[in-house]
Amino acid sequence: MRVQFKSSYDDDINLFQDNRHRIQYGILILLAIAAPFVLPEYFVGELTQIAIWSLAGLGLMLLVGHTGQVSLGHAAFMAIGAFANIALMARGWPFIPALIASAVITGVAGAVLARPLLRMTGIYLAIATLALSVIIEDIAIIAEPVTGGVSGVLAPIIELFGYEIDRYGTPTAFYYLCLGVLLLVTLMYANLLRSPSGRAFLAVRDSEVSARALGVNVANTKTLAFTLSCAITGLAGALYAHMVQVVNYESFLILISITLLLQVVIGGLGAMHGAFLGAIVVVLLPQVIATLRDLVNAHTPIALGNYPGMDMAAFALIILVMVIYEPRGLYGVWLKVRTWFQLFPLYRKGMFRRSRTYLKTERMR
Amino acid sequence: MSLLQVENLSIAFGGVKAVDGVSFNVEAGEVFTIVGPNGAGKSTIFNLISRLYEPSGGRILLDGQDITRLPAHKIAPLGIARTFQNIELFDHSTVLQNLLMGRHVRRKTLWVEDLLFLPRVRRAEREHRRHVEEVIDFLDLAAYRDKLIAGLPYGVRKVVEIARALSSGPRLILLDEPASGLSVEETKDMAWWIEDMQKDLGLTILMVEHDMSLVSRVSDRVLAVAEGKPLALGTSAEVQADPRVIEAYLGAEETA
Repeated sequence: MRVQFKSSYDDDINLFQDNRHRIQYGILILLAIAAPFVLPEYFVGELTQIAIWSLAGLGLMLLVGHTGQVSLGHAAFMAIGAFANIALMARGWPFIPALIASAVITGVAGAVLARPLLRMTGIYLAIATLALSVIIEDIAIIAEPVTGGVSGVLAPIIELFGYEIDRYGTPTAFYYLCLGVLLLVTLMYANLLRSPSGRAFLAVRDSEVSARALGVNVANTKTLAFTLSCAITGLAGALYAHMVQVVNYESFLILISITLLLQVVIGGLGAMHGAFLGAIVVVLLPQVIATLRDLVNAHTPIALGNYPGMDMAAFALIILVMVIYEPRGLYGVWLKVRTWFQLFPLYRKGMFRRSRTYLKTERMR
Repeated sequence: MSLLQVENLSIAFGGVKAVDGVSFNVEAGEVFTIVGPNGAGKSTIFNLISRLYEPSGGRILLDGQDITRLPAHKIAPLGIARTFQNIELFDHSTVLQNLLMGRHVRRKTLWVEDLLFLPRVRRAEREHRRHVEEVIDFLDLAAYRDKLIAGLPYGVRKVVEIARALSSGPRLILLDEPASGLSVEETKDMAWWIEDMQKDLGLTILMVEHDMSLVSRVSDRVLAVAEGKPLALGTSAEVQADPRVIEAYLGAEETA
């Protein structure tokens, strides 16, 4: 097992523990940059999707995984980001300012909604945010000047530094754009987590009572988390709009909100890695299921794979198994595997069993 | 003037008067202990002082400043830190992160600066860490610095919670049953630390405790309460000898 020798406080403050850690992530980023040169065009599209869903997942992770507030309405914020971005570009805004503005608009919308929403907790908050998902469909139809009504709006071609970026014409350029935004947001997210603001989020998640006793303004902290979460999700929505090219009221259904929440749960709540791992699953799993379907059809007499709803059933089954056997998600699995190798042959089965938590006084109000 | 003045404090939950007209003063630099049978309202008094409960009557003054109507998160910045009877640590974080959370009242940076991690933020972080390390040294927690709370033994968690309270740099610290659930040895350690906090750090300590050996050893003054009402105030020996206190604990002696 490797032991890190710390020689200054900065070792705990820096983003990366040591040079090895730095090289590992460097290689990962280089691989992401090199991917379009190696992989066929189809996979570049898949990678772009993974980048966009990772971004949306990061937005939700900040709220659910790090602040402990559930949202079943984040598709609504993707919608706000998407429509805002297209509407601004249609009015002549260049892409970058329009992208930033769409994040700001979504953040402001989130901040306005946060105050009433975050007075609720747990299941009530989930239901209230679920309502957002429902309402946004109607708003998307009614607000015709911005959203194009029932027929929706077409995403204009992105012009950036003299280049024209288009998901079909120049898929590689669009992939780099999404990757760039994702890396930037990831860096800021990591910064947040290693500073007082991020610690306040964690404090609110783990014990509101002691957060308050330590001087954390719980309402403000939750509002900030909701605002930032919505802003990130809005960014993802804007990029998503450019990927699917046409967005209308049907683009951001409740199913997207639920998928997003499942994504962060499968990936692993409370870890940034979880958003990325979850995005890989959400994007690639339908492809795997489609491949399996052919296999199943070939071996069952009644073409089982062609029954409607089979993909969703398979998806649901995987999630069920995941939640029952590995509540810490894929990132939890990864931690176990890594520890197994680090400690080989000393790994014990109970090492990650969650210790019982002692009586809590959360009822105090 | 006393550091903390509690005047005629009352709170009722429905028809139950949990605290009923309690008054006491805590002088700067003393260890003041509240004792009483279960359900006497000791922890409720703490929750009233840290403003988690809304009192139905009375006043709380810190250094002459009325804090009775302040919101709960405004209490810590005034220099009042506390621990909880049932340990309210942040279970999914390490000891170090917990103590850094204790520095929240001393934060100097805005969230925008945090997002960009400006050099100012790094300097502030080093500063927080220096203070936290002092607390770690003081309470001998170095061995647990990078351990997750969820994996720590109960006795250590108790100490970590005190460390987190100390990290905020308080004037007055409220300890809610610091020795509950501790072994005899751990209780003795706790007595040392309470004495050290009083003598070396010059803190004022307000404590709720059942363990009378600890109470008599560290307390300057003791207040006994029962059924929300104050019974007796004095030194530990005086209070323990008070017939009303004995009655509250053991019941009245039958008189022929």
